[in-house]
Formats: sequence, structure tokens, C-alpha cells
Amino acid sequence: MSFFEKMMKIDRRWVYLAIGLAVIIPAIKSFDVPVTVSPEVKRIYDFVNNMQAGQYLFVCVDYDPSSMAELNPMTTAIVNQAFERDIKIVFVTLSQFGPGLVEQITSELAANHHKVRGQDYVFLGYRPYPAIVILAMGIDFRVPFPQDYYGTPLDSLPIMNGIKNFEDVKGVIEITSGNTADFWLTYGNGRYGFPLAIGITGVMSANYYQYLSSGQLFGIIPGVKGAAEYEELVGYPGEGKAQMAYQVIAHAVIILFIILSNIAYFATRKRKGGFQGGA
Amino acid sequence: MSTTELIGNGIAAFLTLCIFSFLYKDNPFYKFAERLVAGVATGYFTMLLYHTNFRDKVLEPIFLRGEWWYIIPAVLGIVMWTRFSKNWSWISRYSIAFYIGIGSGVAITVSLYTYLFKQLQATIGIPISLTTGGINQLLVVIAVLSALIYFFFSMPHKGTFGFMSRIGIYVIMIAFGAGFGLTVMGRVALLVNRVIFMRDYILELIHRI
Repeated sequence: MSFFEKMMKIDRRWVYLAIGLAVIIPAIKSFDVPVTVSPEVKRIYDFVNNMQAGQYLFVCVDYDPSSMAELNPMTTAIVNQAFERDIKIVFVTLSQFGPGLVEQITSELAANHHKVRGQDYVFLGYRPYPAIVILAMGIDFRVPFPQDYYGTPLDSLPIMNGIKNFEDVKGVIEITSGNTADFWLTYGNGRYGFPLAIGITGVMSANYYQYLSSGQLFGIIPGVKGAAEYEELVGYPGEGKAQMAYQVIAHAVIILFIILSNIAYFATRKRKGGFQGGA
Repeated sequence: MSTTELIGNGIAAFLTLCIFSFLYKDNPFYKFAERLVAGVATGYFTMLLYHTNFRDKVLEPIFLRGEWWYIIPAVLGIVMWTRFSKNWSWISRYSIAFYIGIGSGVAITVSLYTYLFKQLQATIGIPISLTTGGINQLLVVIAVLSALIYFFFSMPHKGTFGFMSRIGIYVIMIAFGAGFGLTVMGRVALLVNRVIFMRDYILELIHRI
């Protein structure tokens, strides 16, 4: 059996091991990776940056712990930027595992920026059936959420004075790992026409760029790379930027495997005169 | 890091290793961690739904505030369970009809606007010219039409139609390639997150010893 034939039948566990070892290297000795900011990320940054102190930003945290690695860095960067500019934030989650994440993010960042719950930010909570919740919030936030997540009536919170629905917020940023982005596009932007931007996982990214060119979205933060770009803009180096060194090494190993396996495939095909791919 | 956090992170580290052990082969540690996740998630979601829905939308309005009209959606919800009975399952059709009727009425117009009209407008709305944007627009129009032609099976894919269909498959492959690249980035991010977590936990342990 030639080298290439052996390669075509390599046990996949060797590939796992190689990737595992590759990502351990930056964990021992990290290095900086230059991050180039893309226009779709910059637009979200500029949007938040151009908001006046006291204006409202609506942030929807629609992901669960399994997507934290990709989405927490961008949420953190956006909230850091908004808090720094004294922008008031209305948080909501349409993911059943979102409440814990919002609590974790808000409690940590609010303490860092000396922000007070109910005054500088509010967490409305979770409700199932995203379409119905978004449509109801378009009428009045108090319809689906008469109380905030902690049981305080919305009308008794200073932050909710004079704010009724999406007309009173400057824009909506939806950070999601699932199809709630579609609900926000259809029932949020489509029905109420407010400016909408999304932060999404890498897997989803390619499916949402058409909404950027159609103007239905004003910005996209795609996966951990987008998060690293946002962190670069905000000036808070966090998990996103830290992950870039690992990403570079892991991608280099994966590309190497793709090249080697293609060489092996064509070499064995030529020798045997046809397709010899295995399972 | 407090001792409580250290213990909690220790359990998380152990469960992470249990899940990763599947990469070698299926084993009892993996099965334990997998079922623990499923069990915890189900328990959490059940209680969350109880507190954010059943208590807010059924118990409190009907029994505490006397808002009797909440009985109507509650009954519609309860009759959904008749699906489990062969004799009574027909009753659930009323709930389903109500749900689908409202869903369709709300969704059809906004979905057409979001997914069809706005997308069509963006595809053909910009005039084709010899500028970078104009050429880009021409490429978009060709790509969209050729990808659609690839999925049009009412005509044989021969001649010009076949040529366009062939361009269509390349367009689709480019889209899949972009999707694959971004998926790899996402999956690596998950792995990296766990590696960083494990590194920090080990360093904390060493520091304590």
C-alpha cells in the first residue's frame, strides 16, 4: 500500500488529534493576529457610536450556552460600547436558555460601568413563540412583558418612562444562534421597519448576507471573526481577539489536511483509473 | 476564583473531557455526560415554561385575577393533548386550525415582503453599468438566474439552458464553500473555548497547589 493509499484510509481520529494538538499550541504560547475590520461590522459600531447618551438600544440575546464561545464576545463588546456611551439598553431573550446568559453578562458589565438595573438597563425576560412576542412588542413592550425578568412591573422602572415600543428605540441588535434572526427580519424589520443588525454564528453567516445588500439589515457580525473585529473597534480586547491565534493555527492544519487529501485522492484515482473514495 | 467556583469548574472540566472522549470512541463517560445535559436542559426548560407561561398566562389570570377569557386559549391548549387518543384526536384539529389560521394570516404578507419582494428589489433594483457596483450587480443577476435554472427540471438541461445550469452548480458550490469555511470557524471556536477553559482551570489548580 502506497503512502497516498494509506492517507486515503487514515483513521479520522488522527485528524482529531492533530487539530487538538494544534489548538493547544497558542494556549501555551499565544501571539497577536492583526484583525481587519469589515464594513458590515463597522456599520454596527458606527450606528451605536452615533447614538446620543440616553437613547435606547434594543439588544436581543437569542442563543444558548452551546454558542457562547462565538456569540458572547460580540454581545460583551456591544454592551461595553453602549454602556460606555451612556446608552440605555433594553435586553430581551427569545431563547429558552438565554435568561442565564443575559443575567451573567449584564451583572458583570453593569458592575464594571457602574450601571443600575432598571435605570440604565432593563432585562424584560423570556417568552416563547418569537413571532408573537416580536409582534406584541411592536404594539407595546408591556403586552408580552408586563413585568421585567425579576418581577418588577415595567411602569415602575425609571428606564421605561416614555418608552412604549420599537418606535422609541434607535435600533435593534439581534445576537442569535438560531432561526430567531428570521423572525426579527420578518416580523420585526418587515412589519415595523426599525433598523436591524444581527450577530450570528459562523455556520449561519453565509445565509444572511443577502439581507445586508437588500438593506433589510444595516450590519452583520459573522461569528468569532466578526466579534474580534468589533472588539478591535471598541478597544476592549476580549475572547474574540484571543481566539484568533487559535483560529489561524487550526485553519492552517485543516487546509493542510484538505490539500494532502486532495493530492492523495487524485494520485490514487490516476493509479487505479477511477474513483476510489472510501466511506 | 473561590473554592465553590473551583469545584464547579472542576465538574465542568470533567464533563468536557467526558464529551471529548467520544472522539476516540463511544463510552459510558460520554453517555453519562450526554444524558446529563439532556436531563438538565429538559428540567430547566420545563420549569422555565411553567414560570413564564403556565403561571403567567393560565394560573394567575384565571384563578387569582378572575380574567375568565384566558380559559379559551387554555382549553385550546389542553385539547392539543387529545392527539394521543385515537377516538378523541379529531378535537385537536380545532386548536391546530386556530393556530395555523392565525399563523398564516400573520405570516403570509410579511414573509412575501421579506423573502420575495425585498430580495427581488435588491437583485434587479440597481442598474447594470461598467462601474464596480454595476458589474457586481450583473454577476448577482447571472448567479441568481443560473442557480434557479439548475433547480428547474421541467426542461432538459441542454444547450444554453444546460450551460446556464452548469454555471448554476458552480454558484451553488461557491455558496456551499463559503458556508463550509464559516462552519469550520464556528466549530473551531467551540473547541478553542473549551481549550482556554481547561488551560485556565489547570493553571488555577497549579497555582493553588
